[in-house]
Amino acid sequence: MIELTNVSKTFTLHNQGSAVIEVINDVSFSVAAGECVALTGASGAGKSTLMRMIYGNYLTQAGQIRIGDVDLVQAEPRQVIAVRREVLGYVSQFLRVVPRVPTLDVVAEPLRTLGVSAEVSQARAKALLGQLNIPERLWSLSPTTFSGGEQQRVNIARGFAHAYPAMLLDEPTASLDAKNREVVLSLIEEAKARGAAIIGIFHDEAARDRVCDREIDVSRFTPKVAA
Amino acid sequence: MTPLLSVQGVTKRYGAHIGCADVSFDLYPGEVMGIVGESGSGKSTLLNCMAGHLRPDAGQVVFDTRTDGPRDTITMSEPERRMLGRTDWAFVHQHARDGLRMGVSAGGNVGERLMAVGERHYGDIRDKATDWLGRVEIDASRVDDRPTTFSGGMQQRLQIARNLVTGPRLVFMDEPTGGLDVSVQARLLDLLRGLVRDMGLSAIIVTHDLAVVRLLADRLMVMKDGRVVEAGLTDQVLDDPQHAYSQLLVSSVLQV
Repeated sequence: MIELTNVSKTFTLHNQGSAVIEVINDVSFSVAAGECVALTGASGAGKSTLMRMIYGNYLTQAGQIRIGDVDLVQAEPRQVIAVRREVLGYVSQFLRVVPRVPTLDVVAEPLRTLGVSAEVSQARAKALLGQLNIPERLWSLSPTTFSGGEQQRVNIARGFAHAYPAMLLDEPTASLDAKNREVVLSLIEEAKARGAAIIGIFHDEAARDRVCDREIDVSRFTPKVAA
Repeated sequence: MTPLLSVQGVTKRYGAHIGCADVSFDLYPGEVMGIVGESGSGKSTLLNCMAGHLRPDAGQVVFDTRTDGPRDTITMSEPERRMLGRTDWAFVHQHARDGLRMGVSAGGNVGERLMAVGERHYGDIRDKATDWLGRVEIDASRVDDRPTTFSGGMQQRLQIARNLVTGPRLVFMDEPTGGLDVSVQARLLDLLRGLVRDMGLSAIIVTHDLAVVRLLADRLMVMKDGRVVEAGLTDQVLDDPQHAYSQLLVSSVLQV
């Protein structure tokens, strides 16, 4: 479902003396449907960079990143947009929303853009928000004023609203209490059971051991920098 | 799929000075594209060339018309281009005063565009105008008031209602949230996003506000000195800018 072939990335900082930083060198791996793979490595190893390359918000200099039958490295912007709408979900660490939009609409939006009716998408949003223990009185408010943990849960609800065939999860269990962590892990297990290919970053080792089938150490692909 | 708008090699000079040079891109139905750059980078010139307000010195602006398929709007006759401007195109000006008739009531402002496409029944026009005022969150009781009595944010929303009432397929926007305070801006962004999604609009938005394009636009073009220096997916250009100028632009944004 997700397949990386000889993928490399460098950053060129034009305004800092054109410094060129090699961050990822020659990565190849694939993730099958129903499989969950953890990216591991020390902070700064390039886990989030690799994940953003797979989502397409970081440009990849060389190689192929195939999601289903589309190569995101070569794809036109509109193809990437279509893949993100239908196939590839991403739960980032931070929630980014239009101010003033109610939480319920924020969570329902991915379904609305797929053309699902307002009733059906709202019903799904309500079910997810309820499952993730967001009190009902907050549903009509904008999540911009919520606590960090609440925002994180709204973000997860939004990410799981549509049954994406492929998903990227950036620390989905960070800053959650035991009860909500359990809910999120079961959502991941459900997604696996329906055949989603998942790539995740988990600092929480117990969570990683529970949902992930294997681990990929990203520091293997990071060019060694002379200290 | 046929692009809704295909821009090829558009160039506009002001004497020896370059307004915009050799700009090409395709816009597909339902896409929202942002154009950013500092003032003087040629983004408004480009927008005006595409919308038929300025005649470019070179290039083509091909629009997929409902009846005749793709046509170059630059070589089209003036009446045809004006017809497009009243039906399939809409233009939202930065200053609402430029896009509204200030001496005519709010309802009249919305109704005028309907009459321009042949609506004649007063009751129907008034109903549609009132409906649209509601959609842009202007109270129905203000339908007979002149826009001079409206706040800046209300004028901007009225301008949007006036433009969208005829169901255009392509909307040009020049700094639609410029000059509005942030709470009104947020409201307008929310409104625009809903309209784009529900009506399947395509839009080209010129702005210098990177936060606005991140929320509204699927794609982004960065302009400097009349040329496009970088183009791509909005979050890719903002998160991983490749060109020196885009990197400078993104790193210059103040954090709130």
